[in-house]
Amino acid sequence: MPVELVVNVALAGTLTGLVYGLMALGLSVIFGVVRVVNFAHGEMMTIAMYAAVLLFAHWNIDPFVAALPIAAVFFVLGYALQTGLINPFITRPEHSQFMLLVAVAIIMVNGLLVGFGPDARSVQVEYQLESWALGPILFDKARLYAAAMALLASAALFAFFRFTLAGKAIRACADNYLGARVVGLNVHRYYALTFGLGSACVAIAGCMMVVLVDVTPVLGPGFTLLAFVIVIVGGLGSMPGALLGGVLIGLSEAMAGLFIQPSAKSMVSFALLILVLLFRPQGLLGRRA
Amino acid sequence: MNRRSLVLAALLAAGLLLLPAFAGPYLLSVVTLILFFAYAGQAWNVMMGFAGQLSLGHSLYVGIGAYVSAGLFFHYGIGPWAGIWASMLACVAAGAVIGFLAFRFGISGVYFALLTIAFAEFTRIGFDHINALGGPGGLFIKVSQRETWDLLNLRGPPAMFYYVMLALAVGAFALCTWLLRSRAGYYWQAIRENEEAAQALGINTFRWKMLAVMLSAAMTSLAGVFFAFYYNNLFPEQIFNISRSIEIILGPVIGGVGTLFGPILGAAVLTVLADSITELLAALGWEFPGVKQVFYGCVLLVVVMFLPHGIWPALARRLGLGRTAGKD
Repeated sequence: MPVELVVNVALAGTLTGLVYGLMALGLSVIFGVVRVVNFAHGEMMTIAMYAAVLLFAHWNIDPFVAALPIAAVFFVLGYALQTGLINPFITRPEHSQFMLLVAVAIIMVNGLLVGFGPDARSVQVEYQLESWALGPILFDKARLYAAAMALLASAALFAFFRFTLAGKAIRACADNYLGARVVGLNVHRYYALTFGLGSACVAIAGCMMVVLVDVTPVLGPGFTLLAFVIVIVGGLGSMPGALLGGVLIGLSEAMAGLFIQPSAKSMVSFALLILVLLFRPQGLLGRRA
Repeated sequence: MNRRSLVLAALLAAGLLLLPAFAGPYLLSVVTLILFFAYAGQAWNVMMGFAGQLSLGHSLYVGIGAYVSAGLFFHYGIGPWAGIWASMLACVAAGAVIGFLAFRFGISGVYFALLTIAFAEFTRIGFDHINALGGPGGLFIKVSQRETWDLLNLRGPPAMFYYVMLALAVGAFALCTWLLRSRAGYYWQAIRENEEAAQALGINTFRWKMLAVMLSAAMTSLAGVFFAFYYNNLFPEQIFNISRSIEIILGPVIGGVGTLFGPILGAAVLTVLADSITELLAALGWEFPGVKQVFYGCVLLVVVMFLPHGIWPALARRLGLGRTAGKD
């Protein structure tokens, strides 16, 4: 097998992996703070993809521009979802939370099916077919932009948690629920803020993803599973872990597609997940609880 | 049991036994489906409701159980009378591997749930690549006849499948009733409520959790065998799908996790609900793909929000049936 091919496939996998990473980052932040696993995560991603398709089809807005307003809308929706539905479930058992979010996911997938039908939709922009050549290595323009945007959004989120007062308050809520309440933080409001931020992440990731692949309503559950695999591999609740996990899964999927066969690619991801769960259950970059 | 519940139970038993005599094929298939989910839900409940181990990958055991028996029948003509043992053995082995790995390495809660999903998905993709079992194209069992009862090979009329499923559901109910009052049942409930405290009391939590997983897997495998021979076709994409695991869990969660009647009631409510939504939408002329599931999801959402312990505990209080076994 020619080396250039392997390098090119690895590069494409890594760049796609960064977009996966941003999607998983949303899930990881939500779990790390609210301690609820968002089983409707991939479904939210597909909704964002459809929003980008609509904006492009009607007003010819490039998905990279559309990402900002869509993220803003998703922030509000996520905030409302946490306030209205999930906050009352914080103290309920895990299977009850699971059922709640499964119900939300069922409504989302089938709502899309009702609205858009089962056919695949896509966005066509000029730079999708262009690439830069660096010797024998090809940089796919769309993929490179998408990865850059994912990195930018992640950096913004890191900065928010590191430097702003609200970010510090959210970290306090995640570290010690009781302590945060004692010092007067409105924990449920910060939970809602966190869910909003996680939703905004997934919205941006969705806008990037729609440039790379076509969207159908049934993609949702697959993205949810993918996000789980990534955050567990990277460390549930760890922000750098989500990005690392995304790159690892993107890379391993690409390699499996090349060396084994494309249909077996998610098998490699799940094998990786099982190995990580058994030998490093806190994830590669996670802290032991 | 008080007198009122005895009368109710007798009426229910008589109705179920005589059903094929007066029910049309449609009603019979609906009740068979209810019993199927009641049985599978009961099996899942052993692991989650009794021992507190959340499995979100029970489609794994349905799928392995179905494929082992169907594969033996398809390739060697060995009927389910022998196949069920192979299926059970395979599922117990799978459950033992998952349980051993998870419990030895101290994986619990959300992580355990995600591990079960991972194993189910891993196996699904694996079966897509087993050509001897049809791969993604599916495995089809020949339907030789639909007239006479051939119980050993599970070939026969719908009424036979109905009675087989009824027997399985009743058997599972009896087994669970006995289990809840046995030593194992009390140990499991202790582990469910507080694992550390149970361990401190000298319960070997590892061993009893393993038993719960293996028993639940063995019970679920029979649901898989039934599925294979009732529908006569198997696709990895369908049978191992996470949505099948969710279907199994819905019954007990809606009916009441940890209760004996919860899985049965939940399965009945959900199946009837799904069918009445279909009828309603047909009457309204709203038959777009997805509309039904949106309604279904909304009802689910409402039930989960307003009946946190499921329908059965609330209903039992209303009917004056008093305390139910297990959690009330």
